[in-house]
Amino acid sequence: MESLIIILVGVLTTVAIYLVLSKNVVRVILGTAILSHAVHLLILAMGGLKQGTVPLLGEEAEIYVDALPQALILTAIVISFAVTAFILVLAYRAYQELETDNLGAMRGSDDE
Amino acid sequence: MYLLILAILIPFIATALIPLIHKRIGAFHIGWFVLLVPLALFLIFIMQIPAISNGETLIQAVNWIPSIGINFTVYLDGLSLIMALLITGMGSLVVLYSIYYLSSSDSFPHFYAYLLLFMGAMLGVVLSDNLLVLYVFWELTSISSFLLIAFWYHRKNSRYGAQKSLLITVFGGFGMLAGFLMLHSMTGTFSIRETAAVVGQYTDHALFYPAMFLVLLGAFTKSAQFPFHIWLPDAMEAPTPVSAYLHSATMVKAGLYLVARFTPIFGGTAEWFWTITIVGLITLFWGAFCAVRQTDLKALLAYSTISQLGLIMSLLGLGSAALHFGDGEQGALYGLAIFAALFHMVNHSTFKGALFMVVGIVDHQVGTRDIRRLGGLMAFLPITFTFAVIGSFSMAGLPLLNGFLSKEMFFTASVNAVSLPIFGVSTWGLLIPIIAWTASVFTFVYCMIFVFRTFFGAPQLKKLDRKPVEPSIGMLISPAILCVLIVGLFFAPNLLGDHLLKPALHGIIPGISGAAPHISAWHGFNTELFMTLGIIVVGTLLFLTFRSWYKIYLIQPAGWNFTVLYNSLLQDLKRAANWITTHYMTGHLPAYFAYIFVFFIAAAGGALISTGALSIDLTADSPITTYEGMLIAVMAIAAISIPFAKSRLTAILLNGVLGFSIAIFFVLFRAPDLALTQLVIETVTTVLFLLCFNFLPEWKTEDSSKRIKIRNAVIAIAAGVIVTLIGLTVNSGRLFESISGYFEDSYELAGGDNIVNAILGDFRAFDTMLESLVLFIAGLGVYTLIRLKHGKGPGKDEH
Repeated sequence: MESLIIILVGVLTTVAIYLVLSKNVVRVILGTAILSHAVHLLILAMGGLKQGTVPLLGEEAEIYVDALPQALILTAIVISFAVTAFILVLAYRAYQELETDNLGAMRGSDDE
Repeated sequence: MYLLILAILIPFIATALIPLIHKRIGAFHIGWFVLLVPLALFLIFIMQIPAISNGETLIQAVNWIPSIGINFTVYLDGLSLIMALLITGMGSLVVLYSIYYLSSSDSFPHFYAYLLLFMGAMLGVVLSDNLLVLYVFWELTSISSFLLIAFWYHRKNSRYGAQKSLLITVFGGFGMLAGFLMLHSMTGTFSIRETAAVVGQYTDHALFYPAMFLVLLGAFTKSAQFPFHIWLPDAMEAPTPVSAYLHSATMVKAGLYLVARFTPIFGGTAEWFWTITIVGLITLFWGAFCAVRQTDLKALLAYSTISQLGLIMSLLGLGSAALHFGDGEQGALYGLAIFAALFHMVNHSTFKGALFMVVGIVDHQVGTRDIRRLGGLMAFLPITFTFAVIGSFSMAGLPLLNGFLSKEMFFTASVNAVSLPIFGVSTWGLLIPIIAWTASVFTFVYCMIFVFRTFFGAPQLKKLDRKPVEPSIGMLISPAILCVLIVGLFFAPNLLGDHLLKPALHGIIPGISGAAPHISAWHGFNTELFMTLGIIVVGTLLFLTFRSWYKIYLIQPAGWNFTVLYNSLLQDLKRAANWITTHYMTGHLPAYFAYIFVFFIAAAGGALISTGALSIDLTADSPITTYEGMLIAVMAIAAISIPFAKSRLTAILLNGVLGFSIAIFFVLFRAPDLALTQLVIETVTTVLFLLCFNFLPEWKTEDSSKRIKIRNAVIAIAAGVIVTLIGLTVNSGRLFESISGYFEDSYELAGGDNIVNAILGDFRAFDTMLESLVLFIAGLGVYTLIRLKHGKGPGKDEH
């Protein structure tokens, strides 16, 4: 299971990086969103999968699954949402100001 | 007693005090305060003479960074004492002279702060026993020299000269540092004395010769040896007292000092002998040859200094042969060259210092130092003229002046070298006295040019800025003292020889014993005397017929010199740096992303392969159910379809598929909190995307060229493979015990049944607090960006 999830992470990373390298702003943003999906799955897989019960003490089980990756991922989901929201709005503003969504056309002035 | 350490520190302390004193004293010239520093130090060093001349040495040490062998060890022997006396003695005279030389529009605090900085640094160079401490002081002299050359920084030439000198000397200094580190890796010590004691075991070491040549690189650049001499003429943009002090009497002799200091370490080998002798002789000849054609008096003196430094350098090279023989008659015979080098080093400081001061007076009084505009000044400046005659005749090696004595000893050394039975000298040996003699002829010629073109002939008063008159008495004191020394040293050379040169010689060639060489003016009618007579006759003829052979200087094409090479190197360096920067700093975001990912692939992939960590072990994996396998397949297909999606709506929905699938995975993997959060966030994100699309243009198919698409695909696949491999490797074996067990006591430690919540709300509460701060900042950013008023172009978006 873990190995399969890791291979899925590899596929997601490939797609994400391909999109990030694109010139279109929306593709780049989609890429970053997919990249965070990949990282979340990776962190979870690193902690071992399905070996234990839900990390709630009320279950009174012998083994719980690793809770630490879950806590890390929870933080990461929220932050990646914040970042996605911010760059989406940034793209919107950039399009309004520069009238392009092409990153190739967005660059500093020549006299910098 | 830490008197010597204090002696190094005093100039630095005085430097720091200058701004404070300057504010308090009003109209009183700050130079008088500054003068006290070198005078006091000079007296301190004078008091060391009795002990040193008895053959004693002084060592004072303060531990600095003992764990890596860097200690502030001060070592005073004959060689250091000569240098220290030159630095403080010439320093006193130069400060006195500068009080009258500088004009009231110059910034005195800057000038004297730099000068004292230099003085302290230079004392540090000649007194340090620790190589790294020496290096630090060495670079500090380069920096203070840079500041002093650029003292009149509003002039373009000053800035150019300052930069040139800094680049060349610091370049050599870096080489020297590398040499020092090589020495340390061989011997394990940074102490020069200890290195000299043990270096005999390391002559076969692979680093021995690289270290030697790197140390020599430092010495040659500092002492303006061919082909690094080009910085010295440009350094003449400095105020003349600085030229007299740094660029003839002291700083440029640091390279000579270094060679002398390292002679016990490297001396006695053929490489050391030939490198120094050849470079010294070429510099001697080329400097003298170029000096003759100069029309600026200071440029003439600069080339003359280069030439004289080459002379001393070649003597140090010739004398190093003595180490091959050790104690004995032959050792003493060739050791004489070192003795002559030290003697000439002192003499050069006296006469060159006096000559620079003469040029300073001429420049100061008539407003030019161009030989073509000068002439006939003897009648107007009789005292200055006397100094000029004494100084330049001493430099030319004429009798009754100290230069005669050391020049004769130089000829003796060069004639002796012909019969040297080692290093294969017999083949080319005869060239040594021939080059020495030829160069001395040119030396004689430029000395005559200096005196006769300036002070004889018809005065051209119309070409001068001011009517020439003698300067105030204060400006004449320093050159007068130097001229007294020039004459005095001729009549009583052994006073210097016995008390300073002899202990210095014994320090450089430790094996040598017996009586010190006795300096005498008359040796009978020997080869050396005839060489001097020949120089006078041929030199006079050449001086008188200068116009008829001037054309030999035109043989060298204008573009063929080292300054042109230096300038074009500097230009090319700038152009190359600019080219590289403009080609990789494209301003395109995709390009920068590509750099980041390529670097990631190279660094992470390289580490994975080079450390051999890669391993894949599937045994610990948990089983897969059909349902999970289907979910994985759905996610993979959705992900791969995204880049090929024809409309952005499809892409967003596919991304939603990914997000919701992950939420299902979270459920399957026993992470209910994550599943809940993911469901909420994924919904909001998808809505946000759709909302923004209302304002963004329709998704165009990627308009990049095929080549770029393939490049991106390669980078993406490589990165994906690396991530997979790292993940599989980590999954295959754990290096450390998991720390998660700690959190399972969450009820006792944090009072929570939900471990994930306990971690977020208690164990890692600061993380969570900062996370909400990130959310807050992002929200603020979103709000600001939306509320930002429209404006086209820069400067209009203040609101």
